[in-house]
Amino acid sequence: MPDVKPAQTHPDALIEIKDVHFAYDERPILRGLSLNVRKGEVLAVMGGSGSGKTTLLGLIGGRILPNKGKIMVDGQNVPKLDRSALYALRTRFGMLFQFGALFTDLSVYDNVAFPYREQTNLPESVIRDLVLLKLQAVGLRGAAGLMPSQLSGGMARRVALARAVALDPMLMLYDEPFTGLDPISTGIVGRLIRRLNDAFGLTSLVVTHDLDASLKIADRVIVLAEGKVYRDLTPEDVRTTSDAFVRQFADGLPDGPVPFHYPAPPLVDQLLGKSSAGEIAP
Amino acid sequence: MSSVIEMIEGLGRSVLSALARLGLAGRFFLAIMMVIGVPLRRFSLLVRELYFSGVRSILIIVVSGMFVGMVLAIQGYEVLQRFGSSETLGVLVALSLVRELGPVVTALLFAGRAGSAVTAEIGLMQATDQIAAMDMMAVNPIARIISPRFLASVVSMPLLACMFSAAGVFGAYLVGVKLIGIDDGSFWSQMQAGVDFRLDIVNGLIKSLVFGVAVGLIAVFEGYYAPPTAEGVSSATTRTVVTSSLAVLMLDFVLTVWMFRGLNG
Amino acid sequence: MKKSKFDLAVGLFVAAGLLALVFLAMKVGNLTGLETSEGYRLEARFDNIGGLKVRAPVKSSGVAVGRVDSITLDSQTYEAKAILRIDQNYKFSKDTIASILTSGLLGEQYVSLEAGGDSVYLGQGDRIAKTQPAMIMEKLISQFLFNKASETTGTSK
Ligand SMILES: Nc1ncnc2c1ncn2[C@@H]1O[C@H](COP(=O)(O)OP(=O)(O)O)[C@@H](O)[C@H]1O
Ligand SMILES: [Mg+2]
Repeated sequence: MPDVKPAQTHPDALIEIKDVHFAYDERPILRGLSLNVRKGEVLAVMGGSGSGKTTLLGLIGGRILPNKGKIMVDGQNVPKLDRSALYALRTRFGMLFQFGALFTDLSVYDNVAFPYREQTNLPESVIRDLVLLKLQAVGLRGAAGLMPSQLSGGMARRVALARAVALDPMLMLYDEPFTGLDPISTGIVGRLIRRLNDAFGLTSLVVTHDLDASLKIADRVIVLAEGKVYRDLTPEDVRTTSDAFVRQFADGLPDGPVPFHYPAPPLVDQLLGKSSAGEIAP
Repeated sequence: MSSVIEMIEGLGRSVLSALARLGLAGRFFLAIMMVIGVPLRRFSLLVRELYFSGVRSILIIVVSGMFVGMVLAIQGYEVLQRFGSSETLGVLVALSLVRELGPVVTALLFAGRAGSAVTAEIGLMQATDQIAAMDMMAVNPIARIISPRFLASVVSMPLLACMFSAAGVFGAYLVGVKLIGIDDGSFWSQMQAGVDFRLDIVNGLIKSLVFGVAVGLIAVFEGYYAPPTAEGVSSATTRTVVTSSLAVLMLDFVLTVWMFRGLNG
Repeated sequence: MKKSKFDLAVGLFVAAGLLALVFLAMKVGNLTGLETSEGYRLEARFDNIGGLKVRAPVKSSGVAVGRVDSITLDSQTYEAKAILRIDQNYKFSKDTIASILTSGLLGEQYVSLEAGGDSVYLGQGDRIAKTQPAMIMEKLISQFLFNKASETTGTSK
């Protein structure tokens, strides 16, 4: 597989990741990943399930530490930060988790108010106005009194989005924001991501395997494979490229460079009992 | 031959992993103690957990205490009257409750009623990324979620144990005095003569404090490190009850030996 | 609104728990008038304390007036030395007799104080001169048998 050139230091890069290696126990997930994220862009990170997309977000957020490599965010090397410096940095992040991760024991209103109450000393009356404004921005001011269990998947995602942007972050991290949403909700969330990014001058990293949705909103698309950035493309390129791997992804083909089969000994051998690999009790 | 070696290897591995888990729990305990001031400063966090752990356990504790006291009275009377000393029933029941049954049975019931709920709640928060989300919002989940629940267990346990013992004494009074007809005055005066505040009641309180620490730690630990699946959370919940019960009974033995050694020497 | 519901319920919970503790302390236990710091200590030496235990009551005419604080063996005289803590409301004369008695047939043993007629009272740290040791069943029986034996030898003479 052709490698992408190692990322060059960019003066306008908000995130610079250099040669990051990461393994769970013995199993390598990222193997020398390098990536720059420019200020102000919406970058879509594509890759199959288990390709390490969530892991990448965890590394950027400092929730997990790399075995090797540098992760610079706004000039700070995240793995080297102590707890208070890391927390200071995180107050400038907004993260949308895969299924929203709303606090189930708090109402919609209290969920969005949570960052203000924890991180600021604003009086409750000011917080109230801010919360209602944020909820208005995602179109759910009317749902302020509901509990998370009363929300649909798309609504929960939007509330979580309102909560994530509460403290006007510089960087937004989205983990699979479209998973499990109907086409209308997907469109709404996608447009919100783009609009928030432009309106507040954010930088957004959208991890997804939904190509269509991300092509509509992204400035740039990278494809993760084998623990590295395998392709770095514009949405235009994705539509027109003849690269087999990207085509498989773009066209949703079951087999291609990404194999349909998990590695296994030949079927005939196993059925005839010749193979000892991958023992399955008869 | 090789199967024996395999067995020994397996045993060694499980001992090592149990020790590693114990070490992890110890580190977790230290992490909680570092931020134990948070629920004290932000009292509403503690109050909420006291409600769910403590208030919601009152009914089961008081009812169980009553019944245990009534049974103790019947069984105790049956034995004591053989020796013609049935008026000492009060002492027997009160000492059994205050020293042993109050703290121990309360801790076992608490582990089943509140500890398992705490594990399930935290495990589910972990599985649905709520804890990760909080951490990413630069709010320490150990301080905000774990330590109030732990502290609530430590505070609730002695209070509940007192209620259990008091309800038990009352139950024994109903059966012993009202039903069987032991003399009212000697029931209470024998009890007062035989139960010492510092040696019996305070020691019982110390026991239930220790149990509160143990059950609280096990409950939050199992929840925090539960695998983020339905199966993982449910088996963590079971483990909380089993491990807590074993821990309480073993600690009770150790504490009893330590507290009452030499008392009857 | 929800918060105040928690507050009230938890407040009641804590109050009920403390009330239960007070009940245990006052009604079940002995945390009443005569306790710890109050009172004065007397020393009494016995040849044998029998089954007397620390914390056993000290009574006078059946009324509890104190507790046994500690029991030790004097390694010079091989006497048992009991320290009694007496409620300061009660005074006992210099010639008081301390004896170890048993409540009921199999009940617990206690120290009984019988006041005499002396006008000087015992104070903190004083020693009760006259004591009577515990009745030991084996000794009573052997004494009884010895008496019987000497009676029979007496009549046969
Ligand atoms: N806590 C963990 N322990 C061990 N393996 C993990 C853990 N979390 C994720 N993995 C594994 O790491 C790989 C990458 O995971 P992830 O980054 O979540 O993939 P993606 O988000 O791209 O689907 C997966 O194969 C997953 O099974
Ligand atoms: Mg993922």
